[in-house]
Amino acid sequence: MNTPKELRYSEEHEWVKTEDGKVCIGITDFAQDELGDIVFVELPEVGEDIEADEPFGSVESVKTVSELYAPISGKVVEINEELEDSPEFVNESPYEKAWMIVIEASDESEIEKLMDAESYEKMISEE
Amino acid sequence: MNKQDQPLIFEYSRPGRVGYSLPELDVPAEEILDLIPCDYIRQEAPEWPEVSELQIMRHYTALSKRNHGVDSGFYPLGSCTMKYNPKVNEVVARMAGLSHIHPYQDEETVQGAMEMLYRLQTNLAEITGMDEVTLQPAAGAHGEWTGLMIIRAYHEAKGDFNRTKVIVPDSAHGTNPASATVAGFEAVTVKSNEKGIVDLEDLRRVVDENTAALMLTNPNTLGLFEEEIVEMASIVHEAGGKLYYDGANMNAIMGVIRPGDMGFDVVHLNLHKTFTGPHGGGGPGSGPVGVKEDLVKYLPKPVLVKEGDRYTFDYDRPDSIGRVKPFYGNFGINVRAYSYIRTMGDAGLTQVSKDAVLNANYLMKRLEPYFDMPFNQHCKHEFVLSGKRQKKQGVRTLDMAKRLLDFGYHPPTIYFPIIVEECMMIEPTETESKETLDEFADALIQIAKEAETDPEIVQDAPHNTVISRLDETRAARQPVLRYERPKQEA
Repeated sequence: MNTPKELRYSEEHEWVKTEDGKVCIGITDFAQDELGDIVFVELPEVGEDIEADEPFGSVESVKTVSELYAPISGKVVEINEELEDSPEFVNESPYEKAWMIVIEASDESEIEKLMDAESYEKMISEE
Repeated sequence: MNKQDQPLIFEYSRPGRVGYSLPELDVPAEEILDLIPCDYIRQEAPEWPEVSELQIMRHYTALSKRNHGVDSGFYPLGSCTMKYNPKVNEVVARMAGLSHIHPYQDEETVQGAMEMLYRLQTNLAEITGMDEVTLQPAAGAHGEWTGLMIIRAYHEAKGDFNRTKVIVPDSAHGTNPASATVAGFEAVTVKSNEKGIVDLEDLRRVVDENTAALMLTNPNTLGLFEEEIVEMASIVHEAGGKLYYDGANMNAIMGVIRPGDMGFDVVHLNLHKTFTGPHGGGGPGSGPVGVKEDLVKYLPKPVLVKEGDRYTFDYDRPDSIGRVKPFYGNFGINVRAYSYIRTMGDAGLTQVSKDAVLNANYLMKRLEPYFDMPFNQHCKHEFVLSGKRQKKQGVRTLDMAKRLLDFGYHPPTIYFPIIVEECMMIEPTETESKETLDEFADALIQIAKEAETDPEIVQDAPHNTVISRLDETRAARQPVLRYERPKQEA
């Protein structure tokens, strides 16, 4: 299972990447593997506020629909529109092509409270 | 016998071939333009299949052989109660006095049919512990929506417009949050605890002055009885909310305990599940809704009532949420349910639930050594097992479900409820013999062993069906929703 070292992780299997002041969110390799083939991704609109631990969208696979839980709070400034036509990116490239949203974090210290790669790997190995 | 590529009926078509003969015209001919405005007359003939009678017979007989129904084999689809539908119901439903009548007939001429519906309502009210029942809703989710609209009307009549939330457990049937949303509420999730029942602490956290209702099925979708139901009811009632009972799992409790006695205010039933209306194959269903006294005036109108010795439809219901279905529900299914209730009697219905619970526990016990059982306790009419152990061998629950097809079984519900990893939800029903349960258990045990010794046979299943693994992903990503005739070559 691929768990990039430079990312932070939530208990609900979202990853968070901080780059050039932008905070990018997606779901982990473990999550996409559990869900199976993704057939639809529902994302919020640009400008919406998302709240930590609350759903901000959903992913539908052939077996189930799962909510996406915000790892941190903030305002959505960008969404990955390509996922509408190419939901398979979530399976093929969960950390690159399938980034889901970029937000303006309302409190960057929330990111520090998320798990690092090592803790996340430990968590999923216990599941 | 079954060809891999069964053509569509359109593909048999040859121009000019006919499988019918029409009688001579024995009324004066009319110009079509005198009958139908020209805007509504199509310019090209519809491309009906032109086939012979024998081709039609062979085509549909071949398709019917590919079907699986309760009459052809075991169908342990969790939360769907795929029980045997007694054929006496069909005899009753075809009686001239029930099948040759029309809802537009004068009430005076169909008093017998109305009496039967009235008795059905009364029976269902007694079985559920409710005060009055409407037979209008067409099926389960329609019943849920109707019940929620009644609850909305109740709150709004009190001038309380802030009841915007409907609480559903994380183990709920997907229809519950969907119905709540369609009825204009926000669906709020309450978590289950490690025992598989609603977490009371979490319930206390989510219930507040904005709570319109809690929707619950009891036993829940894990097949477990919500033992804290009385406490849950008081938490919701004290906050001013109502309790809604999803009757999908009613087969577990008939004659043993009644939703009305557990504190529920509204109930829907699935007559096509519990009460042997034919189930699957497109229905129709029937989803009667029962309510407690304080909600009766909001029932959809008309309400079938008895006035003296006469039965009549009462339209004088100013507080009603209005009609929810043309006529008075799916009459034919309601006839079958009444036939079933009268055939079984109260002792019989109680035995149904006890046998359904016994069969589920027997099957669970036989499978226990081979699968992970997430909740170590007796189940009610269904149970959930987890394929976690098999997943370690690279065999997913989906693969095991596909492998069951090779043994001639309809697979159980899989990947639901979503709170159990790799789950399989099995509901055998009371109508299956011990031999059938044993054969099914043997098949699943063999599959569990194959997962250890020969995982590929499971991963590549099914092997014995006309078509093997379908590309479900492509079907979902690029659905083809209608037939397109191949272009004719010039």
